[in-house]
Amino acid sequence: MIIIDCPYCGPRDHAEFTYVGDAARTRPAEDASQATWFDYVYLRDNPRGPHLEYWQHSSGCRAMVKVLRDTSSHRVLACGLPADQLEAEQLEAGHLEAGQ
Amino acid sequence: MSAQDRRLPQGGEVDRSTPMRFRFDDRDYQGLAGDTLASALLANDVRLVGRSFKYHRPRGIFSAGPEEPNALVELRTGARIEPNTRATTIELYDGLEAASQHRWPSLRWDVGEVNNLVSDFLPAGFYYKTFMGWPGWMFWEHFIRKAAGMGRGTLDPDPDSYDKMNAHCDVLVIGGGPAGLSAALVAGRSGARVILVEETDGFGGRLRGERETIDDKPARHWVASTLAELDGMGDVTLLRRTTAFGRYDGNVVAALERRADHLAEPPEHISRQRLWTIRARRIVLAAGGIERHIAFADNDRPGVMLAGAARTYLNRFAVQVGKIATVFANNDDGYRTALDLAAGGVEINAIVDPREHGGTWRQKAETAGIDVFAGAVVSRAHGRLGLVGVDVRDASGKNRFLASDLLAVSGGWNPNVHLTCHLGAKPVWDNALATFLPGDTGPDMRVAGSARGLAGLGTCITDGYAQARAALDDLGYSKSALPDVPVTDEPQEEPVQALWQVPGKGMRFVDYQDDVKVSDIALANREGYQSVEHLKRYTTLGMGTDQGKTANVIGLAVLAEERGLPIDKVGTTTFRPPYTPVTFGAFVGRETGLHYQPLRRSAMHDWHVANGATFVNAGHWLRPQYYLRDGESDVKADIDRAITREVTETRGGGGIVDVSTLGKIDLQGPDTAELLNRLYINGWKTLAVGKARYGLMLREDGHVWDDGTTSRLGENHYFMTTTTANAGPVMSHIEYALQVLWPDLDVKAVSVTEHWAAMAIAGPKSREALAAVLDDVDVSNDALPFMGVVECTLAGIPARVFRISFSGELAYEINVAADCGEAAWEHVMRTGAPLGILPYGTEAMGIMRIEKGHVAGPELDGRTTPADLGLGRMVSSKKPFLGAPMLTREGLTDTDRPSLVGLVPVDGKSRPRAGAVLIADPKAVPPVDKLGHVTSSAYLSPNLDHPIALGLLEGGMAREGETVWAAFPLRDEMIEVRVTGPVFLDPDGERMHG
Ligand SMILES: [Zn+2]
Repeated sequence: MIIIDCPYCGPRDHAEFTYVGDAARTRPAEDASQATWFDYVYLRDNPRGPHLEYWQHSSGCRAMVKVLRDTSSHRVLACGLPADQLEAEQLEAGHLEAGQ
Repeated sequence: MSAQDRRLPQGGEVDRSTPMRFRFDDRDYQGLAGDTLASALLANDVRLVGRSFKYHRPRGIFSAGPEEPNALVELRTGARIEPNTRATTIELYDGLEAASQHRWPSLRWDVGEVNNLVSDFLPAGFYYKTFMGWPGWMFWEHFIRKAAGMGRGTLDPDPDSYDKMNAHCDVLVIGGGPAGLSAALVAGRSGARVILVEETDGFGGRLRGERETIDDKPARHWVASTLAELDGMGDVTLLRRTTAFGRYDGNVVAALERRADHLAEPPEHISRQRLWTIRARRIVLAAGGIERHIAFADNDRPGVMLAGAARTYLNRFAVQVGKIATVFANNDDGYRTALDLAAGGVEINAIVDPREHGGTWRQKAETAGIDVFAGAVVSRAHGRLGLVGVDVRDASGKNRFLASDLLAVSGGWNPNVHLTCHLGAKPVWDNALATFLPGDTGPDMRVAGSARGLAGLGTCITDGYAQARAALDDLGYSKSALPDVPVTDEPQEEPVQALWQVPGKGMRFVDYQDDVKVSDIALANREGYQSVEHLKRYTTLGMGTDQGKTANVIGLAVLAEERGLPIDKVGTTTFRPPYTPVTFGAFVGRETGLHYQPLRRSAMHDWHVANGATFVNAGHWLRPQYYLRDGESDVKADIDRAITREVTETRGGGGIVDVSTLGKIDLQGPDTAELLNRLYINGWKTLAVGKARYGLMLREDGHVWDDGTTSRLGENHYFMTTTTANAGPVMSHIEYALQVLWPDLDVKAVSVTEHWAAMAIAGPKSREALAAVLDDVDVSNDALPFMGVVECTLAGIPARVFRISFSGELAYEINVAADCGEAAWEHVMRTGAPLGILPYGTEAMGIMRIEKGHVAGPELDGRTTPADLGLGRMVSSKKPFLGAPMLTREGLTDTDRPSLVGLVPVDGKSRPRAGAVLIADPKAVPPVDKLGHVTSSAYLSPNLDHPIALGLLEGGMAREGETVWAAFPLRDEMIEVRVTGPVFLDPDGERMHG
């Protein structure tokens, strides 16, 4: 029952969102090697702790919200837009430690 | 009707002026308003209320609360019957009916009791050892369930309704006892938004069953004045009959409010229960404690009861649960019980206390003339259907028999840590208190009062103040003066002395509900099940509906003794939601029947209903499957006739089908063509305004995902259609692409599926019909060629007309605003009537698309490539697109991959079934190599006069003319089919291009 802070709509219940996927990945260049593409399409890290992921505000403004979620506590550490650098900002500010 | 022999003439919270009739096991009784079923039964001296699960031992009421392991009954009758209901929590209402469980033919004479005599053969792990091998459990389960009994449910629909509530608060206080009330008071006075939930029908917690005083007045005065103040606060919500049963992420607590369970049935317009989802900024858990018992021989005899429960029945319900009582306690709370019972007219034999030394409480008891057997234990209970006496073993090992009809047992108190465990915190053992205390609950939950092991009324009230104050400090509420600490009369308590079991022969029960004995735990340990988690599963300790509320700690302690380790080295007990059972109805709420999920109807739905349509579910949509005419009914012959008619007349003249369910996406912006180029495998830069194009999308892994047509309506304006099934996912996919993958693309995308009603007119007469339908539009082949698009009006209604075809006929799709859908459809039907235009459904549509060899959902199954579907020539080599990099993988370009073919039964009449496996040799012995499978099947092609099918076959069209076999072993079908091209009708497309 986590709450996601949509940059457009404010804090909303996760029931309004649809999990989209891993936000730590970057789509490779079209001419990248097949191994690189295979890694992008099929392989995922499964970290215990902070994890970047996309949740779409599907029953709201439809934004793809970037969420930094601690997989061990389900605590949402930060939310932002896809272009935002959540992890780096949070680590610099020391929020990760506080959040855990 | 029997008298309430055990009821005292005065005292308690019961209302003697409001008698309540009730029935238990076909006998009529009378109780009072304010009773529980348990207290009413005890008032009538009903001691035997159930049989145990495994050995069918006679059992009586053991507790006075939700922890009850024995007194589980079937409550109510008919559609409202509810098994495994705890008699100790059922509020009595007039006309209540309940029955005991686990007994046949009667409670007193039960054939299953033979299990008791052969108990040596039913040790721990018996079920595993005996039944778990194949065919084991599957075979035995039926017989075991019948003999064991879990109460009876009902197959009737639930006649009651259930609601869901959502609430937010600053401070949620769980438990309306002394600590909870005082916490709520402090939080309320500070101005915070407060919710206080209390499981029972009234506030006060244990005080309801005590004789204690606060400020020299009966404690109920303090409860009443506190409650009155809370009631007067605007931002305080008091929820009675509400159990907080689970704590979840985000500091969410789920609670069940029983609005009508204390009544015979819910009043009109009142839901039976409400499921609350409470989001709290801070939680104060004041859930109190649960008393535990002690394992000695035959400690399950009816009449052996938790000491605090005996006190509650006396003080709150004015019921003497015994005439002559023995108290067996290793702590001072047992003395309180003895003194209260004595004051209530019960003769006290003795207090049996394993502790050598006593303190203030022992002096009080001795002053009151009660014998104390220090250093002694109760070693056995006597009386099969009801207690007649106990053996007391003194320090020297000598036994003496004490005639008693009540044994009040107290092995100490366990803080009710249940909700502290739900997010994974483990309780922590405290050696001095001989109990588990709450583990680390994090900053969002604070535990107050006896729920964290505190003793004494004044201490608990003060702690309630303090925990609320701390929570308010976290939230930044300004400090206000704490209420005065009330004056309580509490003698100093001596420490508890841990005592889990008394050595001796006979059955010494640890877990009553699951019939787990000390010997079972010892056996599990000997057989190597030493971890707590293994022990639980092997012996079923704590696995009943009570989750071992009275049993787990004793079980753990016994295991520790067996292993010779301290308890904290053996492990810990933990709890999962729900705290007490929750009926499914509460989780379901109003989402039953048609409310289970949204139902989508097209704008033309009412017309379809009025014109004989039978509907089929397509996702959430209802789509016409076929239309029956007057004189036809929903039987196979008529249905076949209707479908054949729709196909034949559409191909011979004209038909119209509702295609509103297709996904529709409006795309605008200068980079739209570039976006389409990246989403589809084919090129889009050359599409002219006023033209449509068929497109195919892949997933990133290179497999085909969705198809549809996209039209260019203006310089920077496109209109995309998707399959019905993928309308939502494709929209999200585009949003992901625009927001995450390519935010530099200047495109706006909006789902307009519901904005447009859509219908397709197909057949050789469709052009003639269209000309009549539209307002002065040139629909000639030159003006509106294949894949042409025109914006126009139809009976004055703005419309878009697309010349596209799914059926393979000359066909047009008309889109109008949804609220004009029905008018437009009726206009088409009226205007088209002279031409014989008839409506057709999804069945006819399916047959026609198979005849035409058009791929659809069964072929786009997530495992096929464009080449597999015969669409390899669409793949552009001139541009990158989503899925392109992975499409070139070795496995996806293998020419032996199954690819699309047509299949025709050799005998001209057998019907190959969709899903049938294609094999080479019908006589081959399994395992047989699979060559492919049948994807879609038209049981009869009216145009070809025989069944046809599409399939994916290894080698594909290279096998044209060969025969293979379509095997469907589940139905024992083996059909020889000839491989043909997938386009059965008009392969050159003369019809749709004409
Ligand atoms: Zn939003």
